[in-house]
Amino acid sequence: MKQPFERVVQTHGLSVLRVCRALLDEHRAQDAWSETFLSALKAYPQLDQEANVQAWLVRIAHRKAIDELRKHRPEIVQAEVDAGDDVHSETPAQNLENLELWQVVKTLPEKQRLVIAYRYLGGLSYAQIAEVLSGTPEAARRAAADGIKNLRSKLDEAQAPGAKR
Amino acid sequence: MNIDKVNSGPNAEETTLLTQLHSRLEAEAEKSRLTDISYRVLDTPIGKLLLASTESGLVRVAFEIEGYDHILESLATKVSPRILQAPAKLDGVARQLDEYFAGTRHEFQLPLDLQLSTEFRRTVQLELGQIGYGQTLSYAQVAEKIGKPKAVRAVGTACATNPLPIVLPCHRVLRTDGSLGGYLGGLPTKLQLLELENPQRQTQPDPVLF
Repeated sequence: MKQPFERVVQTHGLSVLRVCRALLDEHRAQDAWSETFLSALKAYPQLDQEANVQAWLVRIAHRKAIDELRKHRPEIVQAEVDAGDDVHSETPAQNLENLELWQVVKTLPEKQRLVIAYRYLGGLSYAQIAEVLSGTPEAARRAAADGIKNLRSKLDEAQAPGAKR
Repeated sequence: MNIDKVNSGPNAEETTLLTQLHSRLEAEAEKSRLTDISYRVLDTPIGKLLLASTESGLVRVAFEIEGYDHILESLATKVSPRILQAPAKLDGVARQLDEYFAGTRHEFQLPLDLQLSTEFRRTVQLELGQIGYGQTLSYAQVAEKIGKPKAVRAVGTACATNPLPIVLPCHRVLRTDGSLGGYLGGLPTKLQLLELENPQRQTQPDPVLF
């Protein structure tokens, strides 16, 4: 039996949002979320009963995000910086930690950033990530490990800005 | 900062944004005609009602005790899984129901979609719409009206499987002795609706069986 689509939105809306936000600036992340669920709604009746819905959604979000990244690569770095500043000044303190983390995720190299987003925000397995990124599970696992290592050192730096001197 | 935190539940900012994004999805899906069923939940004096519409019209009115999850799953299987909560699409239905419960509306003027009913049941259910506000008929009288006087039991089943209670007033059909019979929303609800429509109504107590 296929779930009503509303339940798909309720169950996966948050992780798709976090994936989109990890990959794109705020404005484009919201566009990508909308386009993802609109495309998903369209294709939903044809989706295999046994399919992993979350992996399917992340795959769609991935395509939408990559389209945006390829299209707007020159502007995107600046856009991200701007969006980051907005978010910092407007968000209540309790949201800050997560948002800061995302800002740091966004500074990772693309492959690491995608793998981290799909693994930790999208909840995909390495095999599923390999499918999305047309690579091998081993390569995905390696990129995630590199990304986490990278992230930890960046976070340490951010937390103790004076420590390196 | 902790990497595990990214898998936590939504914070206040995310919850607000997801609500906005949902509204945007409703509007865009509507524009692209991708939503096959829109639904909302309405608060009424007899409890919460689930209202669901297709492009053709109102397809389901359900009582909370029927289980909304179950109702939506059944719509996904029988009609289409392209189901979205889209309250705006049901504003007209909600308004007419509000008026009905306020006592100011005695007839519903809504496009109806009876695709969930077989042809015979559809005939019976549409006949229910001919029973006037505050009036009642017996199951046997309804059977006679549709020209199948012997189909009393089938009429009972058609009432029990009415996908559009209240709007198609199966609560106006009683047993021949005047006792309530059955109701999907529960007998107290049936009684409440009958008394709303006719405050002077004297209910026959259900006969004690055996």
